[in-house]
Amino acid sequence: MSSLLTRVKLKQIEKAIEEEKRIDQRTLSDYRIFTIEQGVIQKAEGSAKIFLGKTEVLVGIKVEKGTPYPDTPNNGVMTVNAELVPLASSKFEPGPPGEQAIELARIVDRGIRESEAIDTEKLCIVPGKQVFIVFVDIYVLNHDGNLIDASAMAAVSALMNTKMPNYEIVDDEIVIKQGYSPLPLKDHPVTVTIGKINDKLIVDPGLEEEEVMDSRISIAFTDDGRICAMQKGGSGYFTTKQVSEAMKLAQSTAETQRKKLKW
Amino acid sequence: MNEKPKKLINKKGLRLDGRKPDELRPVKLKVGILPNADGSAYIEHGKNKILAGAFGPREMHPKHLQRADRMVLRCRYHMAPFSVPERKSPAPSRRENELSKVIRDALLPSLFVENYPRTGVDLYIEVLQADGGTRCASITAASLALADAGLPMRDLIVACAAGKVDNKIALDLMDTEDKIGAADVPVAYMPNLNAVTLLQMDGKLSPKEFDEAIKMAIEGCKKIYDIQKEALKTKYKIIEQEEVEE
Repeated sequence: MSSLLTRVKLKQIEKAIEEEKRIDQRTLSDYRIFTIEQGVIQKAEGSAKIFLGKTEVLVGIKVEKGTPYPDTPNNGVMTVNAELVPLASSKFEPGPPGEQAIELARIVDRGIRESEAIDTEKLCIVPGKQVFIVFVDIYVLNHDGNLIDASAMAAVSALMNTKMPNYEIVDDEIVIKQGYSPLPLKDHPVTVTIGKINDKLIVDPGLEEEEVMDSRISIAFTDDGRICAMQKGGSGYFTTKQVSEAMKLAQSTAETQRKKLKW
Repeated sequence: MNEKPKKLINKKGLRLDGRKPDELRPVKLKVGILPNADGSAYIEHGKNKILAGAFGPREMHPKHLQRADRMVLRCRYHMAPFSVPERKSPAPSRRENELSKVIRDALLPSLFVENYPRTGVDLYIEVLQADGGTRCASITAASLALADAGLPMRDLIVACAAGKVDNKIALDLMDTEDKIGAADVPVAYMPNLNAVTLLQMDGKLSPKEFDEAIKMAIEGCKKIYDIQKEALKTKYKIIEQEEVEE
């Protein structure tokens, strides 16, 4: 996997980080420039595409009718799925989602679910019988690092862009009316990933940095600055001091990201 | 459906099972209970009952998964269909897939993988009964299974969660508390290195509450660590006794 060329590159990355620099000229706490375009897929109820550096992620939202879970009869349902499409990286292979894709989907899911971003009570059509199901499908189109943050931002953007069909209930039957209204949202979680290379913390790791980094931590923040989800990944560890440093770094980064996103 | 209790902490400050907010559930650990595994451990953490078995280091199959410079750890977290109130399909769910990955990531920092090139260790975790906090209990048992398999380690890995119930930070949530409570923070930890190897969170916490929760979880970890070490020593005490008797 690691050819001679990449090994040389990895050494360069480690050396740069040692000097508090990065190979793409960023400082340790710099986020890459990103652009988001909403409504790129007309057939979907909502969609958004993000470019984060060269990382490209498309999220499409489909809204369908379905039955609620028995333990939450008055709430609509949200599911998140992620596909690491083989054209996005030579390391992705066709087939059902593997561990990496499942973890990605579940981190994004947790940020949205635990912040209670979607007002699921408003997605109830007939209590216990019929609700709206919001399908969030993450499609990674190019992998250049930090798929977690890119997917999380694109997913929330796509939800903000989602339209729900207007309807009426006639004799317990749903009748679709003309026009659309926006998906009811209560929060807009911002997820920030911090990587750790040789005991230095870096914001928004790029693909090559991900190859060197021994662990990462992703933290999601609500509108009012509370933490709503967290996940450590990678085969390394954080000392308790590094955890609180990463926490502070993620917190300040999330604030500036939120301003840039205008959420 | 059972009626949900409204209060998780009563007027006396005690929880549903009579514990204080910073009190652990009883933890029992046994090492070396599976004859066919190279290393094994069994944990009872409150009502959680979990078996962990380690096989290896052995030749890695399939060969294309071998790594020329290190050992590969494969980990499978699986719940028995009868382990939860409603039957769980035996096919691995997305949750189980994710947990297999985070448990592997939590255990790897303790191992000297570069000392065993081209080999693999398979770690199988079977949850026989679940009552909240299975990932933490699994890690505590799995680390013992790896130690029992004779793998040199930087430290044992021990895990415990803290969370928020009824607006109070509490240690080691059981299932009902986890479901109704406001947040859960599972932590895996190497006490000798002060290293956090697993950290997750769901729910809502202010940064200050999070700080309190992770500190409480680590204190819980340290208590379980003592039980863990004792369990490992007990196995060899028994062997020693048997030898004396012979």
